[in-house]
Amino acid sequence: MADISLSGAAQTVRTIQSSYMAQVQRRRLYSGLTLLIFVILMVSGFNIADDRNAGGFWNGLHQVGDYPADVLSEAWEKRADLPALTAKYFPALVETLNIAAVSTLIGAIGGLFLSLLGTRGLAKWPCLIPLFRRISDIMRAVPEIVIALVLIFVLGGGPVPAMSAIAIHTAGALAKMFSEVSENTDLKAVEGLSSTGATWLQRMLLGVLPQVAPNYVSYTLLRFEVNIRASAILGFVGAGGLGYELRNAMAWGPGRFDEAAAIFILLFGTIIFFDQVSSRYRNKLTDGQTH
Amino acid sequence: MKLNRSRRKSVMFVAYSPPKHGGDMLRIDTLTKRFGDKTAVDSANISVDAPSMIGIIGRSGAGKSTLLRMVNRLSDASSGTITFEGEDITSLRGAARRNWQSRCAMIFQQFNLVPRMDVVSNVLHGTLNKRSTLATLFNLYPQADIHKAIEVLDRLGIAEQAPKRAEALSGGQQQRVAIARALMQDPKIILADEPIASLDPMNAQVVMQSLRAIHEADGRTVIANLHTLDTARRYCDRVIGMRDGRIVFDGAPEQLTTGVARDIYGAGADFSEAATSTEIETLDRPEVREAGAYV
Repeated sequence: MADISLSGAAQTVRTIQSSYMAQVQRRRLYSGLTLLIFVILMVSGFNIADDRNAGGFWNGLHQVGDYPADVLSEAWEKRADLPALTAKYFPALVETLNIAAVSTLIGAIGGLFLSLLGTRGLAKWPCLIPLFRRISDIMRAVPEIVIALVLIFVLGGGPVPAMSAIAIHTAGALAKMFSEVSENTDLKAVEGLSSTGATWLQRMLLGVLPQVAPNYVSYTLLRFEVNIRASAILGFVGAGGLGYELRNAMAWGPGRFDEAAAIFILLFGTIIFFDQVSSRYRNKLTDGQTH
Repeated sequence: MKLNRSRRKSVMFVAYSPPKHGGDMLRIDTLTKRFGDKTAVDSANISVDAPSMIGIIGRSGAGKSTLLRMVNRLSDASSGTITFEGEDITSLRGAARRNWQSRCAMIFQQFNLVPRMDVVSNVLHGTLNKRSTLATLFNLYPQADIHKAIEVLDRLGIAEQAPKRAEALSGGQQQRVAIARALMQDPKIILADEPIASLDPMNAQVVMQSLRAIHEADGRTVIANLHTLDTARRYCDRVIGMRDGRIVFDGAPEQLTTGVARDIYGAGADFSEAATSTEIETLDRPEVREAGAYV
C-alpha cells in the first residue's frame, strides 16, 4: 500500500515538473522570438531612417558635442560677465514664470469643471458626459505649440497667446487626471448634501472638493512644473519670455554664447528650484492624507 | 509511511553540521539599534552554539523585528557585533553582505512574495544570489533548479500550486511558498518575523510544523519572532523574551512561568496566558515533535 502511494506521489511530482518545464520552455521560446523581432525591427528601422537622413547618423555623431563645447568655452572665457547677464535676463524669467503660473491657474479651474461634468455619478447632465470628455480629449490632444502658433498668427506675438495656449492644453490634461481622482470619491457626502437641498455647485464645491483637494493640488503643482518648461519653449515661436531671448542669443551664433549660457543657467536653476519645492509640497500633501 | 518518509528525505538538503572548532555558531554581542533618540534594541547578547529552534517573544514594539532585520543585515546596527562561525557579519559590505543574506534566509509576516509571478519563479528567487542578473532577468534558471524548486514545494505539500500566480494562493499557502524560497537558499539560519501573525490557526499550525520539521530534518537553525506564548512554548527549544528593546528572559520553554511571562509582556496580575493563546486543543507537544513525519 505504502509502495503504491509512494510511486504515485513521486509520479505526481514528476508530472508537475515536466508540465512546468514545458510551460517554461514555451515562455522562453516566445520571449526569444519577441526579442528577435524587436532587434530586427530596431535595426532595419534605423537603417531606413538613416538612409533618408540628409547628413547621416554616423557622420554627424562625432559633432554632437561641438555646439555645447563652443557655448561652454565661450561662456568660460567671458565668465566675468555672467552675473550681469543673469541680472539682465531676470525680467524675462519672471515673464516666463508668470505665463506658467497664470495658465496653470486658469487651466486648473477649467479642468476642474470639465472633470466634474465628465465624471459618472457627479455630472450635472449625465447624458452630456461623453461631450465633456471629448472636449477635454481634444484640448489635451493638440500640442501647446500648435495652439500658440495659430494664436500668434491671429493675435500677434506676446505672452497672451502663449498663456492661452498653455491654459487650453492644461485644462484638457488636468481634466483627465482630476476625473480619475473624482471617480473614487465617496458619494455618501454628496448624497448628504443633496438631502439638504443643496445646488449642484454647492454639492461639488462643498461635498466633493474637500475630499479630492490634496490630489488636485498635487496634480496642479506637477502641471506647473511642466508648464514652466512649456512656456520657455513657446518663447521660441515668439511668445516672449526666456525662450525668446534664448532663441535670439542662439541664432546669433558665436559671440553671444555667453548670453545663451546665462539664460540656460537661469532656466535650469528655476526648473530645479520649482521641481524641488513642489515635489516636497506634493509629498507633504499625499502623506498628510492619512492623518 | 516509513517509505514515504525516506523518499522525502532524498530531496532534503545536506544536513548542516556544527563547526569543528566547537565555538559559538551565532553570536550577538551588545547589539544596539537606535532610531533617533529611541532605542529599539538595547545591548542584546545572544549566543547559539548548535542548530536549534529559538522563539523570540514580546509585545509589539519590543524590538523583535529590528533584531532579526539586523541579523539578516536588512538594517544596520548602531553598535555591537554579530558573528557567525567566527566571521563578523556586521561589517560586511556589498557582495559579501548579499552573500551572507543568501546564507541567512528570512520569512516575513506578510510573506513578501512577488504577487504577479508564478509560485515556482518566486521559489527560484531563493537562488538569485548565485545567478547572474542578466540570466535571472530573462528567467533563465537551470532545469535542475526548477526541478528542485518543485520538489521543495512538494515537501511543503503545495506542488500542485506550482504554475499559479502567488497572489492566487491563500495566506497559508503563500507563507509556505515563502518558506520554499527560504529553503531554496539552502541557508544555515532561517529567520522568521511573525510568520503566523496573519494566518488563521489551522494554517499557523501547518507553517509552524513545517519550520519545526525543517529544523529537525535539515539541522538548520530557526529563529522565529512570535507574539503568542503558547506557540513559542510548543515549537521551540529555547525562548528569548524581549521587553522595551532589552532581553529579559533567555531559557528553556519549561522555565517560562506565568510570572516570567507577565514580566516580558509588562502585564499586571490579571494577565492570563489564554489572552494570547491561539491554541488548538487537539494538538500537543509530542505530536509536534514528530512533525518530521508530517511534512
